[in-house]
Amino acid sequence: MESVETRDWIRDGLRAVAAGALSIVLAVLNLPLFVLFVLSLVLTPVLGIGFFLLPAVTALIRLKANAARGMAAWHGVPIPRPYRPKPAGVAPVGWKRYHWIITDPATWRDFAWLLPGAVAGLVLGILTLAIPAYGVEGIVLLPLWIYLAEGWSGYAAMWPIESVGEGFLSLPMGLAILALGIAVAPYLRRADAWFVRLFLAPTRAAELRLRVDQLTVTRADTVDAQAAELRRIERDLHDGAQARLVSLGMTIGLAEELIERDPATARKLLSEARDNSSTALVELRHLVRGIHPPVLAERGLDGAVRALALSSRIPTTVDSDLTGRLETPVESAAYFAIAEGLANVQRHSGATFAYVSMHRLGDVLHLEVGDDGRGGADMTSGTGLAGMERRLAAFDGTMSLSSPPGGPTIVSMELPCASSSPRTMLSSGTD
Amino acid sequence: MRVVIAEDHALLRDGLTRILEAFDFDVVAVVDRGPDVVPALLENKPDVAVLDVRLPPTFTDEGLQAAISVRREAPGLPILVLSQHVEPLYARELLSDRRGGVGYLLKDRVSDVAQFIDAVRQVAGGGTVMDPEVVARLLDRSRPLDVLTAREREVLGEMATGRSNAAIAAKLFVTEKAVSKHINNIFTKLGLPVSEDDNRRVLAVLAYLDS
Repeated sequence: MESVETRDWIRDGLRAVAAGALSIVLAVLNLPLFVLFVLSLVLTPVLGIGFFLLPAVTALIRLKANAARGMAAWHGVPIPRPYRPKPAGVAPVGWKRYHWIITDPATWRDFAWLLPGAVAGLVLGILTLAIPAYGVEGIVLLPLWIYLAEGWSGYAAMWPIESVGEGFLSLPMGLAILALGIAVAPYLRRADAWFVRLFLAPTRAAELRLRVDQLTVTRADTVDAQAAELRRIERDLHDGAQARLVSLGMTIGLAEELIERDPATARKLLSEARDNSSTALVELRHLVRGIHPPVLAERGLDGAVRALALSSRIPTTVDSDLTGRLETPVESAAYFAIAEGLANVQRHSGATFAYVSMHRLGDVLHLEVGDDGRGGADMTSGTGLAGMERRLAAFDGTMSLSSPPGGPTIVSMELPCASSSPRTMLSSGTD
Repeated sequence: MRVVIAEDHALLRDGLTRILEAFDFDVVAVVDRGPDVVPALLENKPDVAVLDVRLPPTFTDEGLQAAISVRREAPGLPILVLSQHVEPLYARELLSDRRGGVGYLLKDRVSDVAQFIDAVRQVAGGGTVMDPEVVARLLDRSRPLDVLTAREREVLGEMATGRSNAAIAAKLFVTEKAVSKHINNIFTKLGLPVSEDDNRRVLAVLAYLDS
């Protein structure tokens, strides 16, 4: 157990040291970008060169800033991207693009970061490398000292080294310093990441704007989906139960007329009427199940999914730790997403076994639908998976799909349960 | 025969009462709320009870819960559960005490009055009556009890809906002897011990629901 922990600690440290080396290289790149940006601003009046240069330079700077955000996320400091979305119909060069770039505060914050970011990246990167390097020097120094036997002034606490005995001391000191360097490297990287976040994280305003953009899209999707759903229900009722009830009334009316004169025909009509009422009920039941399944109303998500699994064509197990009831809209969204997932398994996967798992961690519902089928499912093909994603997005839910050719297919979903509480923090970057 | 009815819709409550009384049932109590069901059943000890699944105050499944809990206190009390929709899951829960005298039907079935009355009598007599839709939804799956032949599964499905051997024979166009042979095969293959025939039928249906 301890050796595993030791290995983890060394591995993390070595990775951080490598990241430190990388950050030195990247920090140096900030300097030409800074010069290019200033140049493209200054050259704007000169033959309009800036109109061509600025978009290209900004693209490079954003690439660089996003790389820094990516590295920060890698050290446990996630930073969303703050850029304004590109307006529709913007040419690669020209005034519109220029305007879009210079009016985005994120452009200027990126610019403001270039120099301090380079300094911090260099200082912290060099520090990350220097401590372990000095440790290595102590380890290597002893044989060198013995070999050369002169010319070295000292190491760490030993100044100067005057005998072989004192020279031996550089070995343990070197080891200790190397260990220290490896141990603090992840913290130095973390410090760099915090510094990056200071400049490159979205401001509160940008954060809210990103949130508004996201809500606008999901709201439009939800409204569309709801309208389509209502149209479908209206059509189903109109062509189904409603028409059947009309015909039922007519048949019973006719039977009433005939009951004295022709009892045999009246009896036949009545039996026909009963068949019609049964069919109307079957149709209504299907419709109701599509709107809000009764078993969901009666038993909540856990029971409804178990009922679903029990009627599934493919043997399906349910693993759930849900107790009590969730909010009705969340329950419904989760149920239909799982139902769609299981329907996909039955339609496409060729699986012999499927499973559903439902777990609640804090305020997040983790759902998974998996099968042992042939895999190769694709978010973009067909409407099922995309529809699932839209349905979940209305609740800030997310979905991911893993389906390599040959299987297995796993659909993972996350759905916040406390959906009424306002959320303005973004958990991950969006473009 | 004495009956207790639990149904919250006035129209359906009156309809049920009228139909049952027309066939000489004695409706001893009619309740319209979930919490009243168990006391009414324990007090009246009817020959059979007809319960709606969804009742006030929560409008979820209190009728079903009442049926299960009352049979814990009065084992084997015959209960016919009616619902606007049927779920194999609920059927399994109703049968889980492994006793007969249980029915689970869609409300639509009441409109075929003769068949409905027949089902009530069968439940009162300790039989098991599952709605054909429960059976159809189970047959739809590709994981029937593997040990059974297609014919045996068919017979088991008919058995679940409460049909007698003679009725199954008529429905499947085979002799009654052939039916009882299939049924014996089913019992043997499912490892159901020799006991009172009715109870074995319940267990076989339960195995069917569990598959």
